[in-house]
This record gives sequence, C-alpha cells and structure tokens, in this order.
Amino acid sequence: MATASILIIDDERVVQESLSRWFTEYGYDVRTAGDGRSGLSALAERPSDIVLLDIKMPGMDGITVLERIKEVAPEVVVIIMTAFATVDYAVSALKMGAWDFIRKPFDPDDLSRLVEKALEHRGLMAENVQLKRSIEEIARFDDVIGKSAAMQAVLNLVRTVGSTDSTVLILGESGTGKELIARAIHAASPRRYMPIVPVSCGALPDTLMESELFGHEKGAFTGAQYRRKGKLELADGGTLFLDEVGEISPKTQVDLLRVLEDRAFVRLGGQKLTEVDFRLVSATHRDLEAMVREGTFRQDLFYRLNVVPVRIPPLRERREDIPLLAEHFLSKLSRQMNRRFAGFEPAAMDRLARHDWPGNVRELENAVERAMVVGTPPVIREADLPMKAAGEPFPVEGETSLAAMERVHIQRILDKNESNVSRAARELGIDRVTLYNKIRKYGLRKE
Amino acid sequence: MPGLTLVPVGAVPAGFLSALSARIVSLFAFETVRARDPLDPSFSRDPERGQLHSTRLLEALAAACPPGDGERILGVADADLFIPILTFVFGEAQLSGPAAVLSLTRLRPEFYGLPRDDSVLLARTVKEALHELGHTYGLLHCRRPDCVMRASTNAGEVDLKPALFCRSCAAATRS
Ligand SMILES: Nc1ncnc2c1ncn2[C@@H]1O[C@H](COP(=O)(O)OP(=O)(O)OP(=O)(O)O)[C@@H](O)[C@H]1O
Ligand SMILES: [Zn+2]
Ligand SMILES: [Zn+2]
Repeated sequence: MATASILIIDDERVVQESLSRWFTEYGYDVRTAGDGRSGLSALAERPSDIVLLDIKMPGMDGITVLERIKEVAPEVVVIIMTAFATVDYAVSALKMGAWDFIRKPFDPDDLSRLVEKALEHRGLMAENVQLKRSIEEIARFDDVIGKSAAMQAVLNLVRTVGSTDSTVLILGESGTGKELIARAIHAASPRRYMPIVPVSCGALPDTLMESELFGHEKGAFTGAQYRRKGKLELADGGTLFLDEVGEISPKTQVDLLRVLEDRAFVRLGGQKLTEVDFRLVSATHRDLEAMVREGTFRQDLFYRLNVVPVRIPPLRERREDIPLLAEHFLSKLSRQMNRRFAGFEPAAMDRLARHDWPGNVRELENAVERAMVVGTPPVIREADLPMKAAGEPFPVEGETSLAAMERVHIQRILDKNESNVSRAARELGIDRVTLYNKIRKYGLRKE
Repeated sequence: MPGLTLVPVGAVPAGFLSALSARIVSLFAFETVRARDPLDPSFSRDPERGQLHSTRLLEALAAACPPGDGERILGVADADLFIPILTFVFGEAQLSGPAAVLSLTRLRPEFYGLPRDDSVLLARTVKEALHELGHTYGLLHCRRPDCVMRASTNAGEVDLKPALFCRSCAAATRS
C-alpha cells in the first residue's frame, strides 16, 4: 500500500517530535518543519497528503502559510492545530480552505479518526484500492487469488453475501481455501471491524467443545479456576466461523441448534441467559446432505447452516488458477523465507499445471515451499518439485504399449473437452472421423 | 527469543505483574521474563498535568537496564501517561528499540465508571503489552482487525482486537 504522507508544521520542537513518533507507528511517511517557510519548501520538494498546521507561529503565521499552500498545492488536506484561545482564528482558516481543525492537546482517539477521515477525503484509500485492482485485476480480497470463472463466481458470491448478514455454508475439499473465503466474507461485511472467531469443530472432545463454545463460570468444573468467555461470546458483534462443522458430535449438534434458534446461551456452571449477535459462517469438506440421509447429521441443524451455500471447486477443476497461485506463493514465501526466487522454469510450471492436487491449494503451497528449500535461486526447476512424475508418461500402470497410451490420452482429452468430439479432435490434431473410429475401437466413453 | 524484563513504574498491584508475565510468556515465547525493582517515576511527572511523560520513561527504562542483544524491557505504570501534544497515551515504545511502557489507568473499567473487573484489566494489559513489544520489533500498526498491532485509541478498540499477531506481524517478531 502506498504510504500516506503527513507534514507537521509547528514551531514547538516537542510537538514535532511526539507527533512524528506517533504517526510513524501508523506507518505514515512523516516530515516536520519548524516554521511556515521551511514547511512550504518541504511541500515544494515533494507534496504531502496531509498537512498539520499550527496556526500561531512566529514569523509567517499559519493563516498565511495556509494561503500559500492552497495556491501551490490545492489538493493537500490541511488540518489546523489550535489552542483554545484561537478558535476564531481557526474558523477563518476553515473559510480559507482548511479541511478541519483540532484543539491542542489532542485526544488520541480524535486525532486518529480525524487523520483517517482526512485520508479518506484525500481519496488515498480509494486510489490504493484502484491501484491494486489494476495491477492485479485477478486478485481479490487481498489474498484470494483466482481468475478462473469458477473462482470469480465464488468471489462474486462472497461480495454479494458479504454485505448481508446471511448464514453461509462453505463447501469444498480439504485445502481449497474454505477458511480464506470465510475471512473474505467477514471482511466484506459490515461486521469487519469486529472479530471473526474461528472454532475448529473436529479438534475437541465433547466436554471441551462445550466450554470452548459457551465458556464457563469460575468453578463450573474441576480446573475451572477462572471465568472464561466462550467463542460465542467472543464473536459477539462479529462473525463465528465453525470450521469442519461436519465433525461435531450429536450432543453438540443439539446445543448448537438451540443457540442458533435462540441467539442466546448459558455459560457452563452459570444460570443467566447471555444474548449474542453474530453472523454464522460454517465450512465442511463433508457431504452434509448425505450425512443427513444417513442420520449422522441433524436435518434441522443442516437447514440452519445451509442458508447460502458457497461451493469452492477443487483445484484440478480450475487449472488456470494454478500458475497464478504458484507465483503468488513463490513471491509470498520468497519474502518470508528470504530466498529470492524469481519464477519457475517452464517445465516446472507445466508439471504443476498438470498435477491433480488432491490436497488442493494447501498441497500446492506446500509443494512450492518444499521446492524453495530444495532448489537454488533464482528459478524453481522441475526436479525441485516434490510430486513424482508417476503416471504421466505411462498412463496405465505396467502398460507401456503405444495403443494403451493412445487410449488413455484420447479419453483424457475427451473428458477435458466435455466429450465435444470436434473440439477434442482439433486438440488431438486429427479429424473427427478418425477420432470417432478410435473411440469405437477403444470403446471409449463419450456420454 | 531472548528475555524480557518487566519493571513496575511506581507502585503496581502485587500479583498483577506475575499474572501479566505468565500471559506474555505463553503468547510471545520469551525465553525468560524477569521482574525488577520498581522505577521511581517522579522525574517524569508533569506537575501541571499530573501525568507521566512516557517518552522520558522509555529513556530511563532503556538506560536503567542496559539490555543485552535482543533483550526487551517493559515498564508497567499504574499512572496515566502522556506525550506532550496528546491528552494521554495507553503506552509508548521505542520503534525497533529495547524499551516499551504501558499504563493501566485507562485500561481499568473503573476509569469509565464501570464496575472493577480485573480479568478485563488483565486482558487489555496483555494486548497493550504485546502491541508495544511489537513496536520494539519494528512493527507498525496493522490494518487487519484480527491483529494486536491494530491501532487502538480507546478501550473499546483494545477489546475488539485479539491478543494475537496476524501471520505477517507474527513473522516479523520472529525474524
Ligand atoms: N484462492 C486462494 N488464493 C490464495 N491462497 C489460497 C487460496 N485458496 C487457499 N489458499 C491458501 O491455501 C491454504 C489452505 O487454505 P484454507 O486453510 O483456507 O483451506 P480449507 O479449505 O479451510 O482447508 P481445510 O478444509 O483442510 O481446513 C491457506 O494457506 C490459504 O491461504
Ligand atoms: Zn501502536
Ligand atoms: Zn498484523
């Protein structure tokens, strides 16, 4: 993110120093000037997004400085700093184009809010977002990568559903990015300033799960030395993310159903009903509908969870995302691991793009990470990749005849082209009649 | 990770520091957390404002305890802190330096007319401690809501963030 820049013009040294330390912690680019003249030359050298301007200074006074700033850099947002006695002065400064004023000494809360608002006003935030969009039109929600139609559809749904309070059920194989999408939904929601609280439902036995969700009063059971808030309470105002929701026990299913119906619960060992307001997002790699049919998952709970289903397709069904994701992980991990890899050799990328990724994006991320450990910068080579070459040149275990390979290859291309014979033939470089003959010869499926 | 020295700045309730250090150890993985004798903060008190100048305190803390390689020092004051232009601060830290300081005053529910609640106080203090220590590792404020490095200028905002670093901030404290 381009850093916001702030120029502080104040004759008092302590004011310059303490404000500059304070704003530096926010990651802003801070400069200071001790009088109007040096402030103006600092601006001439390089503009700032915001100027914090002391109105009473020896030499050129604040009003004059403001006038000059508005002449040379009208887009700069000027905030006037004033002592109590000079409020009148501040009012005339507002008339002259200052954006707002703040009284010394500042309440930190007021100051941070004012600066945030000023930056918003400056359009900086919007510009940043814009910039990011155009650099990488394909990347969304910061970390969710995917330009495939399937992922774009998921992201569109995230955006629409994000702005509502609807209950969402995220479905997808392990490692497809369910948690990431849950966080994106939260980030797109009006609750984004409140926490998202993940609960890993598969990880805990029943008894611990109860206190994890509901919290407990002091002395609720042996070992409960303190009162502890449960995840439900922690999610109040925000989003509760139930991961692996297909794993919860019948007992917890009942408990959970009650909470979802009442939006209230009682802490373990407590009496009082506590109301909670959270948005519910759950995820599972299981087929919950099948579990309902088998009687291992309550139907009423399923209906409560499955208001808006979001399906994340496995990586092998959106192969065009593989190169993007691989590059993304490479640059992210390069930074984290401090190993300067610039990219993949074409054969390596090709291998990645063809692999089936049963562990989906997580497996891909791990593969890239391992390759970075094994390989030597600046490029990842095919030999650095952990996946075995198995199965690719020899499609059928033990069968190495040309006919066997041809049969498997044709089937694969047919599947890929959804059994569209013309397209498959084009890709295979043969005519349709030849392909039909081969399909008949090998007895291949074509729906 | 090397050690952390906890220094009471003036009188700090007995037991509170040990509870705090236990929580910091579990969350930050310092090898050792030592407590030291209290630092007399009177030199930093502004007679007009009645508050302690946090930047002065940081200097004294850093000097009083010349830290070894990577050592950190955290002052805990049961008195209100300020820097000259602001009405107060929850705490202050030397960016990429050894020292940090925080105040309990405005983390107490009592300060806002609510009933005393020491578990709330401890929870907030732990976050404030992690936050300021994060600055000593060079971390700047983080925009993620699920990160303790998110800026908070009122107690409500402290409550809203977790006592955890987000992944990228956590990585920076380890490097
Ligand atoms: N579209 C994506 N863009 C960038 N990173 C992704 C994407 N999808 C997944 N990842 C990354 O892959 C890893 C696995 O994702 P995540 O934990 O969200 O998957 P999951 O479906 O919740 O897995 P599980 O079901 O095993 O819990 C994470 O590190 C995540 O950041
Ligand atoms: Zn901070
Ligand atoms: Zn962070």
